[in-house]
Amino acid sequence: MSDTRTRRVAGATDSQQGDHPSGDNRFDLVDKHLKRARYEQDQLIETLHVAQDVFGYLSEDILIYVARALRLPPSMVYGVATFYHLFTFDPPGDHSCTVCTGTACFVKGADDIVQAVSDTYSVPAGETSEDGSLTLKTARCLGSCGLAPVVVFDGNVLGHQDTESTLELVAGAVGGGG
Amino acid sequence: MRDTRPTVNISFDGVDYEGYVGESVLECARRNGVTIPSLCFLEGLSVWGGCRICVVEVAEGHRLRPACATQVTPDMEIKIETPRLRAYRKSVLELLFAEGNHVCAVCVSNGKCELQDMAVFSGMDHVRYDYQAPRREVDASHPKYVFDPNRCILCTRCVRVCDEIEGAHVWDISYRGEHAELITEMNRPWGDSLSCTWCGKCVAVCPTGSLAYEGRSIGEMEHDPVMIKRLAVARSRGEWLDPEGAI
Ligand code: SF4
Ligand code: SF4
Ligand code: FES
Ligand code: FES
Repeated sequence: MSDTRTRRVAGATDSQQGDHPSGDNRFDLVDKHLKRARYEQDQLIETLHVAQDVFGYLSEDILIYVARALRLPPSMVYGVATFYHLFTFDPPGDHSCTVCTGTACFVKGADDIVQAVSDTYSVPAGETSEDGSLTLKTARCLGSCGLAPVVVFDGNVLGHQDTESTLELVAGAVGGGG
Repeated sequence: MRDTRPTVNISFDGVDYEGYVGESVLECARRNGVTIPSLCFLEGLSVWGGCRICVVEVAEGHRLRPACATQVTPDMEIKIETPRLRAYRKSVLELLFAEGNHVCAVCVSNGKCELQDMAVFSGMDHVRYDYQAPRREVDASHPKYVFDPNRCILCTRCVRVCDEIEGAHVWDISYRGEHAELITEMNRPWGDSLSCTWCGKCVAVCPTGSLAYEGRSIGEMEHDPVMIKRLAVARSRGEWLDPEGAI
């Protein structure tokens, strides 16, 4: 079992490292929430939300940190965290490509887009490529059906996409592909 | 010890009995020597109500209720042996068998398994559902015990006994639905657990061959779930010896 006092959370940049005993100042934000919540055990889910917002995902170190802070058994924290689909346990890639597979987008070939990106960058939908450069996700109707098929790349919503334009987009940010 | 709790009149399959206020239908049946099959329930632990093997029909509207999680009420008419309930129990068991990988012929608990007993009791002779054949890895990292999730029915007896009686809370359930699986601590090998005291209570209470002592071969694993009741009685009433014992 790892120890939060000596290990750093993967992905912490130099500017995030500092005075916090964990060596990662992002924990200050989690601490702030914990204090406001008076370290109440029923604040577990809220605390996990805050931690995910801060870190982008919940690593084992973060879960252990929360378990310690709320004085809860680690298995219970892990059980609660994995029960909810909202939490993710893998670090997101440097870039993210979300393809809408709602009805309107699906009819207009969203699946081909997913397949193309997945094949080109060897990343299954819902996962991150091995080199950590790209996370490929699918979503249910993003509410912009008029623009179908819709792709969200690094937070930008792009309408009327096709396989070619999406691959171009990804290649522009991530590079080559293949 | 004489029970001073107020009583209510109830009936099981048309026969009248006396129940205590606050008592569950299952407890009441057991006390009166009436059989209601159960799996996740274990005397001495909190009620989980998850397996639904213990369902009974309660007269008004023939509502299905888990006997372990339903309290007796005045004039309650409870049905246990109806065609509908028998069929229902069978389905629940078949689902349990289809969901994991229960290969009794090679199981440490073969012949000494509560799930198997329940199947025999209910006359379950085949499974009508598709076997899910999940891929689950055995955890043999603990020096004294083995956990085989293929045989786990998620009754949570181990979770409850470890939390409520031993006070270690090593176990819990991760994920949900068909992906639900038991974990120890932060989903690490059991042998790496810092909180496990090696007390063996989880192994004692497991109704299947999922938790067993290291080194047991086929049919060699004997569980001792009643140990928890003895312990609970001992602690709550200060009766450390079997009250019905000779000495
Ligand atoms: S051996 Fe005891 S402490 Fe360890 S997991 Fe089982 S019940 Fe918990
Ligand atoms: S390991 Fe045994 S006691 Fe624990 S949940 Fe599974 S079947 Fe129940
Ligand atoms: S289906 Fe894609 S935005 Fe509605
Ligand atoms: S014994 Fe009642 S639900 Fe399992």
